[in-house]
Parts: sequence; C-alpha cells; structure tokens
Amino acid sequence: MHQDTIAAVATAVGEAGIAIVRVSGGDAYQIGDRLFSPVKGGTLQDTPGYRIRYGHIRDPESGKAVDEVLAAVMRAPRSFTGENVLEIHCHGGPKVTQRILELFLQSGARMAEAGEFTKRAFINGRLDLSQAEAVIDVVRSRTDSSLDVAVQQLEGSLRRRIDSFRERLLDLVVRVEASIDFPEEDIPDVELGEMQTIISSVRSEIQQLIDTADDGKILREGFKTVITGKPNVGKSSLLNRLLDEKRALVTEVPGTTRDVIEEVVNVRGIPMRVLDTAGIRSTTDVVERLGVERARDLWREADIIIHVLDASIPLTEEDWDILDATENHKRVIVVNKIDLPRSWPLEDLPLDSSTKLVEMSLLEGNLEPLLDTIVQLVHGGMRLRTEEALVTRTRHKQALAEAEDDLRQAQQTLDDGLPVDLIAVGLQGALEHLGEITGETVRDTVLERIFAQFCIGK
Amino acid sequence: MFPKNEHYNMIVVGAGHAGSEAALAGARMGARVLLLTTTLDAVALMPCNPSVGGPAKANLVREIDALGGEMAKNVDATLMQLRMLNTRKGPAVRALRAQSDRKLYQQRMKLTLESTDNLYVKEALVTDLLVQGSSVRGVKVADGSEIFGDTVVLATGTYLRAVIYIGDYRDSSGPQGLKPANALGENLGKYVATARFKTGTPPRVHLRSVDVSQLDIQPGNFFKGGFSFETASVESRQLPCWLAYTNEETHRIVAENLDKAAIFTGAISGTGPRYCPSIESKVAQFPDRRGHQVFLEPEGWNTYEGYLSGLSSSLPAPVQLRILQSMKGFEDCEMLRPGYAIEYDCIDPLALHPTLQVKGFQGLYCAGQVNGTSGYEEAAGQGLLAGANAIRELRGQEPVVLRRSQAYLGVLIDDLVTKGTNEPYRMMTSRAEHRLVLRLDNADRRLAHIGRELGLVSEQRYDRCAKKWSAIERLCSSLESQQVRPGRETNELLQRSGSAPLQRPASVADLLRRPELDFWSLAPLHGQYEVEQQTAEQVEVEIKYSGYIEKQQRAIDRMERMENRSLEDVDFADVRGLSREAQEKLQQVRPRSVGQASRIAGVSPADVNVLLVYLAQRSKRRSYSEQ
Repeated sequence: MHQDTIAAVATAVGEAGIAIVRVSGGDAYQIGDRLFSPVKGGTLQDTPGYRIRYGHIRDPESGKAVDEVLAAVMRAPRSFTGENVLEIHCHGGPKVTQRILELFLQSGARMAEAGEFTKRAFINGRLDLSQAEAVIDVVRSRTDSSLDVAVQQLEGSLRRRIDSFRERLLDLVVRVEASIDFPEEDIPDVELGEMQTIISSVRSEIQQLIDTADDGKILREGFKTVITGKPNVGKSSLLNRLLDEKRALVTEVPGTTRDVIEEVVNVRGIPMRVLDTAGIRSTTDVVERLGVERARDLWREADIIIHVLDASIPLTEEDWDILDATENHKRVIVVNKIDLPRSWPLEDLPLDSSTKLVEMSLLEGNLEPLLDTIVQLVHGGMRLRTEEALVTRTRHKQALAEAEDDLRQAQQTLDDGLPVDLIAVGLQGALEHLGEITGETVRDTVLERIFAQFCIGK
Repeated sequence: MFPKNEHYNMIVVGAGHAGSEAALAGARMGARVLLLTTTLDAVALMPCNPSVGGPAKANLVREIDALGGEMAKNVDATLMQLRMLNTRKGPAVRALRAQSDRKLYQQRMKLTLESTDNLYVKEALVTDLLVQGSSVRGVKVADGSEIFGDTVVLATGTYLRAVIYIGDYRDSSGPQGLKPANALGENLGKYVATARFKTGTPPRVHLRSVDVSQLDIQPGNFFKGGFSFETASVESRQLPCWLAYTNEETHRIVAENLDKAAIFTGAISGTGPRYCPSIESKVAQFPDRRGHQVFLEPEGWNTYEGYLSGLSSSLPAPVQLRILQSMKGFEDCEMLRPGYAIEYDCIDPLALHPTLQVKGFQGLYCAGQVNGTSGYEEAAGQGLLAGANAIRELRGQEPVVLRRSQAYLGVLIDDLVTKGTNEPYRMMTSRAEHRLVLRLDNADRRLAHIGRELGLVSEQRYDRCAKKWSAIERLCSSLESQQVRPGRETNELLQRSGSAPLQRPASVADLLRRPELDFWSLAPLHGQYEVEQQTAEQVEVEIKYSGYIEKQQRAIDRMERMENRSLEDVDFADVRGLSREAQEKLQQVRPRSVGQASRIAGVSPADVNVLLVYLAQRSKRRSYSEQ
C-alpha cells in the first residue's frame, strides 16, 4: 500500500485572514521545494521537524511569486497524519489559495479525498477510533454548535463517560473472576445485591447516553429540508431570505440526483440542509418538472417539508395534492402574502400533530417565528445538550446498545438465580462492546487487576 | 549405555511432566524415542505441592486425557484427596483438584514410561544440541558422547543454570538438591533468546509436630470419578488437609527480616509469578492484611512430611522456623526442609511456532517450564503436543494446533507464542474468552477426535466417547420434544421442588431450564431412570445453559473469521501504513492469522485494519494479474 502525497486546502473556503494548504506523504518536501523559495535560502528537505520557514511560493514556469507564505515542516511520525507533513500558510484569498493548491497538484501531489488526512492519521495509529471519527466530524461540521460537539468528543467527554462505565464494570468483573480462578484463596464472593446495583446503574446511564444519539445525529448531520409548493407562491423568496441572511455556509454540488443541489443554512446553530431543486431558483417547480411521484421521493428523504401556500389566491387542486401527499410528515405550512387580502380561511387546512402553521410575508416579514417553528419541529423543542457527551456516531450507538443488551442479560441471569459464570458472560460482553468504542481490550486488564488487588498464591 | 550409531526419531531432554508426556506421545505414535533425565529418581517430580487441578488447570488435565495423554490417569491412580471446587459458581468453572502421593505419582509414571514399547528412558546430563545448518541432529551429553535423533524436544523445566536461594545462602542446584543443567543453559543461548525466571517453595514440616486440632480440617468432597474420562471411581479413603492462618506476629517477623530475604537483597534478578508470591512479598505488598491462609497438605500415605501451601519463602532458615512457630497450632513445629527461591533460564516463547517448534530450527521443539510457563498441568499439555508435532513433522503430516475456542491448551500456547510472557505463565479461566464451551465435562467431545487422529486414542475408546455423546444428544432432543401438560400430579411434583406450577403445556427441557429443577427431580416426568450420572449431568448443562452456549458459539464463529484470514505468506516489511511498533512485533511473532495478529501487544485495531486492507488489495492485485 504505497502512500502517495496528497494535498488539500485545510481551512474553510472564504475570506479568512489566513488559509492553509496541507500536504502529506513521503514526497511532501521534494514537491514543496519545487514551489517554495525560503528568504534565507536552503530547502524544505533539509529543514528539521517542527520548524517554520518564511518565503514565497513561486510558479515554477514563470518564476513569479504567487504569495508570501510561511511553510511549516512536521516530519513523520510526529505529525497529524504520522507522515511527512507540509503546511503552507498563505494570505487566504480564495483565488490565491486555489492557485497554490493547483501548483502542488501540478508538481506531483494528488488531491486528497474527503477525510483522507484523518484516515491516514488513523491508519498510522495516531488516533483511536473515536478520536478519528470526531476529527472527521470537525472537518465536516458546518455550524458552531456542531463544532462544539465534535471538539468535546475529541477531547474525550464521550470517552470519559465510557471510561466511567468500563471502570465500574471492570471492578466488578475483576472481583468475580478472582473468586472464580482462586476459589481456595480467601477472596470474598461478590454479593448478588451489590452486583445488581452496579449493573442496573451502569445500564441506565448507558441508556441515557444512547438517548442523546438523535440529538447528536441532528447536530452532526443536520436535517434535510425540502421547500415545496406550486409555482409563484414564494418558494424562491423563502430560499433567498434564508441565504441572504448570511446563514448559507457551503454549497455542495451533486445531491441525490443531478437535479437537486443542497444548500446548508445555519438555523439556531443546527445545520439545515435545504434540498434545492434547480427548479426553485429558476421558479420552475419541482412538481411541475418532475411530477408528484418524483417529488414524493424527495419528500420521503426529507426530515422536514416546508410547504408554501399563497393566502391571496384560492387553493387549487395542485395545493391539495401536495397537502395530501405530505400528510403525517413533519411539515411547516407557510401561509405567504398575508399583507394582501385573504382569499380563503385558515380553517380549510387539514392540521395534524406533525404540522405547524406560520403566517407571514416572505418578502418582508420577520423570519424569526418561522425559524423557531422549524427548530421546534426538529427536536420537539428540547434544548440541545451541547455541553455534555453526546453520541453522534451510529457505530457508537450500536456498540452502546449492544453493551446495554449484554447488561440486561446479565441482570436477567442474576434474577433467574443462575450461577456467576453465566452472569460473567454478560458482564464481559458489555465490557468488550464498550472497548470497541475506545479500541481497548479487556482480558489482560482483568488479569493485571486481579493481581494488583488480591493477594493470591500458594 | 549409548551404542555407537544408535539413532532415535525423537530425543526428549528432561523427564518431568512435559518430558514424560512428550516421550509417551512419540512412542505411542510408533516412533523410537529416547527420554533423558539427569536422574531416574526424579521422573515426574512435583517439587511444589503434590496438587493437580483447580480452575482451568483441571480442564487442561482433562484435555490431556482426551488427547490420549497420561497425566489424568496418573493422578487418579495415586491421589490422596479429591475436591470439586467452585460447585456453586457454574458449570464452566467447576474444578477438580487432587492431592496426589508425591512418591506414588513418580513411581507410576516411571513404570508407565518403562512399560511403553519404543520408549527408552536413560540417565544422562545433556550439555548441548547437535545442529547442522538449520536442522537439529541430536544431543551431546556430559561424557562427550553424541546421540543422534531426528527431532529433539527440550523439556528442561527449572534446571537450566538453576540457582537456589535461602536467605544469603546461594547454591547452584536444581529443585530439591537435584543437579542443575548448567552447560545446556549456557549453550541454549546460541540458538534462541533466553530469559531468567524465578519461583519458590515453602518449608516442609513434620506433621506430628503440628497440633492439627487447632486448625480447620478440610476433607475431600468428591468420590464419583476422577480426572480421566476412563476412570470409573477413585480411592474412597482420602486424607484431609488443614487450613491455618498467619497472624500479626508472623507478619512482624517477616517485616523485620525483609532485608534478609533473597528476593529483596537484589541477589535474584529473575521475574517471579504474581499468583505465587512468597510470604515476604505478601507482607510487603499487602501490609494491611492481618492474616493469610496457609494450607497444610500431607505429601504422601507413607510419610509424615507436610507441605505448607501459601508460605513460600526465601528467608534464612531460622527466620522461616520462627514464622512457622508464630502460627496457631504450629508452636512446637519441627521444620524438615526450608523453603527456597529458585532461579532458572527459560526461552522467550515468542521464538516458538504455535506447534512449539523453535522458529528457524527443523526438528527442535520446546515444552513446559522452559517455555516460561508454570505448573505441572501446563507443562504436561505442552509436552504432549510438542512430542506429537515433532513426530508429525518427521512424517510430513500437518501439525496439530489447537484453537482458542477448542481447548485451554489452545489458549495457553496461543498466548505464549503471540504475547510472550514476562512472568511464569499460569492457566486461568479468565484467560479464555469462551470458557462456557471449554468445560471440564466436555473435553472428550472437544478433543477425542484429535487424539484419535494423532494415534493416541484407540478406536474403541473413541467409539465409547462418540456413543456417549450421541446418547446425550438424543436424550437432549427427546427432552426438548417431550411435552408436559399442566395437571395436579405435575404441579405437585413441581411444588415439591419449590417450583411454580405449570400454566400451559411445556417441554421437559423448558422445565429443566428452571434453576431450581434438575434431571433427577424431573425423572417422574421424563421416565429416564436408567441414565448414568455423568450423562445426566451433561444433559443438564447442555439444556440449562443452551442459550448462553449458543451465544458464545456465535461469538466463536465471529472470531474464527479472523482466525481464518491467513497471514502465513505475508512479509510484514511490505505492509505500508503499520505503526513501527506493530511492524516490529509482527515480524517477530509472525502470526499465522489476522486473529492472532490482533492479540499481539502493540498491534492496535488500526494496524489490524491496515492488515485487512493489505490482504484485500493483494487479492485484488492477484486477481488482476491472473486475468
């Protein structure tokens, strides 16, 4: 598996003060020397690790300076990826940054795939599984609130919680195993009542952690939203309002189909991913263009549907088709153009528990009530728990659920009055599943502790 | 004694527990075997206490028996006491433990060796190996003669450059004053990396000088059969052991004299086992304990010598006597032999293949304490497999490597050759990830077919075993299908056993799964009165714990997938992306599978992923190049 040299812009695209182009791989410094000329002379290949050189990036063909930069050298294995890493800190304009990246790509580096730096760091043993995943989240996180969760996870708040579960179960297992393996030593058997207490308390805390998974997922991935409605009701006004108010963060190119692109908007700290059909912007309607059937697929994918209606003209067949098709889906019905005379009463709308209603003028009205409504619908109005550990990964949730299930079985075994070697099966299983999250093994730890804790021997 | 040009298929060096099993296995497979010992009077010596079995160790003995080894029969024939331990802790951890008569044990094993065809037991001190290129050719003995053998099994126990310590007294000696093997110890380093380990024994006392009426008596509690699946019943006349305690006075004496203990003076450099600490280590490490248990165990029917399990020591003899006399019941105790610490050379087991062959040497095998283990049972099991594999290698047959999910013996050897060990390795149930399937009672089912394939288990014996297990299976399935209807008689029967009445029809097996019911209490319902006790117990375990056993079986299946991902032809230097530590460890251990690799210390889950990615890429490349 030859690790070639990869490069990418490591900072967010935008008008930031400084941008970083990161290069990682065996040839990072050779390639760098083709482009970078240090003011004080010498080469990057001769620069020791953890040094920063000042100089210029030059276009090798024209010899012209592209930008004045700092070049940071971090040598393998003491770098983020565990490989030779070169970081070019440049002046941040998107064009300059892009040009520097292109020069690297022309000089022998390959464009990094999404998350590839982290993947290499993980493969080179620089990160444990949960750290690696959290780093990927940092890279991907789109809003401040998401960033909080990702950063905390990296620092190990999830890890601390899991360590606490492991610690309590380990202590129990160590005592159980010591009494099994050394029956002729005076090691007290673990009392069933105590076992009961520990198992059920750890179990309920694991369950609490699992319950944060939905919040975690929304914070990390955001929620998918589709804006729908017949032509000229104000869909594009809504999208433009959302985008205008500087909430738009990233424009991603390909969506689920070639007709759909995704706009990401920051709503109260949660990424709202608006599945934008080219249709909304060009005011040709998705339903019109794709038909209700195709639109239905899009609605199914969405976490939330925003259905825009025009209060000033009577409801038509088309409005009713959409209302029927989106029934029982989480939706916000925006009754637009209330500044104009109404042509139908609100009571006509079929309201159910998953539907919220907002009346406003999308052209100039206050957007805040609509945003509040959306957020409320997304997570039932609960305040998102950003200050504590959240399960943001499906894999973590899965492992926790399995650990919880093992503990449930251990508890059942205990209640059935079955012997301790069978209870131990569940306890060990739970420990192993928790270890899957942090990448730690159980067996040797148990033995170490038996000897540290008990005086055993002939 | 060794005629010129005499030639053996296998030469076993050392006639302890490993050497005896190795030699018996080889000879019983039809090979010509020479077994060498420094003294014929020390065959199968138990220099520690004459106790065999206990958790996990008893399972090892049963596994040796199922594979056609001798240890179980030898214990059964010479035991003085048998106890079943952990009876209430569950079927997977129940453990037989025997006290044998030390002398009888040795005599019977020696006689067995002497009565075996093709097996020659002789006295000689081996000083070096004969090696040609990368193949072993035989051994050199003290008088300078060379003896030729196709294969050599080293089972040198604790004798290589052995030194004993009692306080500041130090002597070049094996256990119990036996000759050490110094030259072989010095020469072994030429072939393989060695380490220095230590262990110890307690003082022995005259039983008539101890007031046992002051101690807790501990009689045998098991009389229904022995270690061997072929033993119908064992000696019913059993000798008791006694339980004594150290006290604060004992600990004060130990603490005052700690500076005189060989293990604390710095004289000993070897690593001792944590599970077998000397009394001085116990007092130093657990200063808060006010008393430690000490078992007083008789050494044989025909002696008053008693062993003090728990009081191992390297303090000067006079201090040991004061320690003894500080204990209740031991006030007038007469010490017969002082305890001592012993230091010896062993090899780094990472130098071994899982077949127990030394890497890089054709025909050279190592077994027992020389591999860094501790315990008679661990040694005997390795001896059997080393002996059998040496002969199989000679015959061009596939070696036998037991899986972790198949036997404690598999766990033992996999641990040794995968992780190495930095203290004498003792088997424990917590070392096995699937102990519900590695039970004492099903060792024959797990391993008898392998014993038969090795040629160590006769067809008749194998048939008996196969019949027993198919009868058990039939009985299990008939109990699963036999329906019981709720009714007055049934419910009265249930209530007599403290079990809830039946509400709707259920199978007998369902009832048997209730913790409070057993096979015999349900006899009026299933009508199987003629079943042997062993069979009844089996059926009970299989049915009662079937859910748990199936769950563990699924875990085994998952593990086996990784065990089957072969790494045998992988050059780890070629694998990019491994951490440096992982790369070094993998090159040293040379694991045979991804499963084994994942158990190496220093190989992280990330490294395992790298290996999997490497294998996937390689098979892709291969399929391209085939196209």
